[in-house]
Amino acid sequence: MTTPSNTPSTIKVVPARYPWRTFGAIVALFVLAIVVQSVAFNPRWEWSVFARWFFDPVILEGLAQTLLLTLIGTALSVAFGGLLALARLSSSWLLNSLAWGYIWLFRSLPLIVVLIILYNFSYLYDTLSIGIPFTQISWGSYQTINVLGQFSTAVVGLTLVQSAYTAEIIRGGFLGVDHGQYEAAAALGLPAWRRTVRIILPQALRTILPSGFNEIISLAKGTAMVYVLAMPELFYTIQMIYNRTQEVIPLLMVGAVWYLVITSVLSLIQHLVERWLARSERRSAINQQSPARLAPRQPVLQTQEAAHAPVP
Amino acid sequence: MLQSHNPTGHISITGVSKYFGRHKALDNISLELEPGSVTVILGPSGSGKSTLLRAINHLERVDEGFIQIDGDYIGYRQSGDKLYELKEKEILRQRVNVGYVFQNFNLFPHLTVLENLIEAPIAHKQLNRKAAVEQAYQLLDVVGLRNKADSWSRHLSGGQQQRIAIARALALRPRVMLFDEPTSALDPELVGEVLDVIKKLARSGTTLVVVTHEIGFAREVADNVVFMVDGKIVEQGSSDEVLNHPQHSRTRQFLSKVL
Repeated sequence: MTTPSNTPSTIKVVPARYPWRTFGAIVALFVLAIVVQSVAFNPRWEWSVFARWFFDPVILEGLAQTLLLTLIGTALSVAFGGLLALARLSSSWLLNSLAWGYIWLFRSLPLIVVLIILYNFSYLYDTLSIGIPFTQISWGSYQTINVLGQFSTAVVGLTLVQSAYTAEIIRGGFLGVDHGQYEAAAALGLPAWRRTVRIILPQALRTILPSGFNEIISLAKGTAMVYVLAMPELFYTIQMIYNRTQEVIPLLMVGAVWYLVITSVLSLIQHLVERWLARSERRSAINQQSPARLAPRQPVLQTQEAAHAPVP
Repeated sequence: MLQSHNPTGHISITGVSKYFGRHKALDNISLELEPGSVTVILGPSGSGKSTLLRAINHLERVDEGFIQIDGDYIGYRQSGDKLYELKEKEILRQRVNVGYVFQNFNLFPHLTVLENLIEAPIAHKQLNRKAAVEQAYQLLDVVGLRNKADSWSRHLSGGQQQRIAIARALALRPRVMLFDEPTSALDPELVGEVLDVIKKLARSGTTLVVVTHEIGFAREVADNVVFMVDGKIVEQGSSDEVLNHPQHSRTRQFLSKVL
């Protein structure tokens, strides 16, 4: 388009300006300042109480219970949900309809209902035993009330409900993988398990992860629901304390900030995992940039010439 | 690498029909393809060429008739005078003998080129990892892409991707290679490099079946040319017979359009 003999130095480039963005930023900062001022300087927020309780051992113990529930709930619901998703995708009508029925049931029931039913399971069945039905053979018998304590009821309830949602997310991810990938794996005769784990799953993860982490985050907050079992996780612990001290708002803020911290850490993990999965694409971006990095000045000048120099 | 010692790969197709709902995609097809021969299947779109190819690899189950490779029934196990339908696991094992190259390459995008090539031989325990890697480099030499071993497949041009896909299919040392319109998704200037690789294979003793619209390629390489319309074989014979002296008016009409 242009030859080096053209001298672009006489032509000045004016970048585009967006004055309304600057105005918007000023307004946003102003509103933020009002909020900060009202929260920080209104004595009724009682930030000194907040500071006293934030790292209190009782709170930390509740937090540990919440984290443990989230961790176990996530692990179990991913494992069980993954199996449900494979069952839904399998060619066996039996597995398919069983998984469909399970997902239908546990997506329909509110978590709190499932939790309370489980907690009252000993009313329905006094003992739980392992053996062969309709015979005298039995390998062990347990009091229901001992098996389904607060913690195990919470784990079972959260897993039952969460795995139904996780299954649908995983199934969606598998369906999102290009059909040609299944065919290529089939044409190479790859065994079903290897096809699933080595070929399809890594590609499905790209779509599974964003909604999957959404579910983990809602599970972390959903653990607050198990307060109905009087289990001393973070939220129940906080309720116990403010019922005694009447310092409701500062203690709720303690909980709110801890939930914020948990969610932020989870979001950070999500970001790192997604970046790792995208590595085969990222390297292409670097490849495209590398000529510009080798000669950082020149290409920029050239594009300006091309764009602004008058056509001779 | 490309030399096969005892030429096998006899394909025998007997009275094969396939329905999609009420539509008859394949109508009583019978074909005998000699070991080491090169067959090009021509025909207008929707004539059942790809369906026939997919049936040979059991990617499509046929409704009537039988397909045999070296006497083994595809999708069945013979015992006395009975044929037992194979389970999915056994069908997967049967496919080891047949390489398949897709129109859209279908390389595994999350694996590097080398990982694409070693996946199947390791999965089938044909080779250990070291031997599979060694073989992969030999195959990359065949398709002329040794320097791309560590690239991600999506960074290659279409022609390069298709050449890798051919190498991936060869990694199982199949007796039969099937090509489903291998150059149809390529920019015109990239067609030649892929056809050159297929021509190399044509002299290797592997039985090739190629669905394509490249008449020049058919004329140069094919031992047999099969012309299909509406799921039926209209005409078949040597490339000279079918391409230069077509007997059937439908064949002449088709050739006048593509040439």
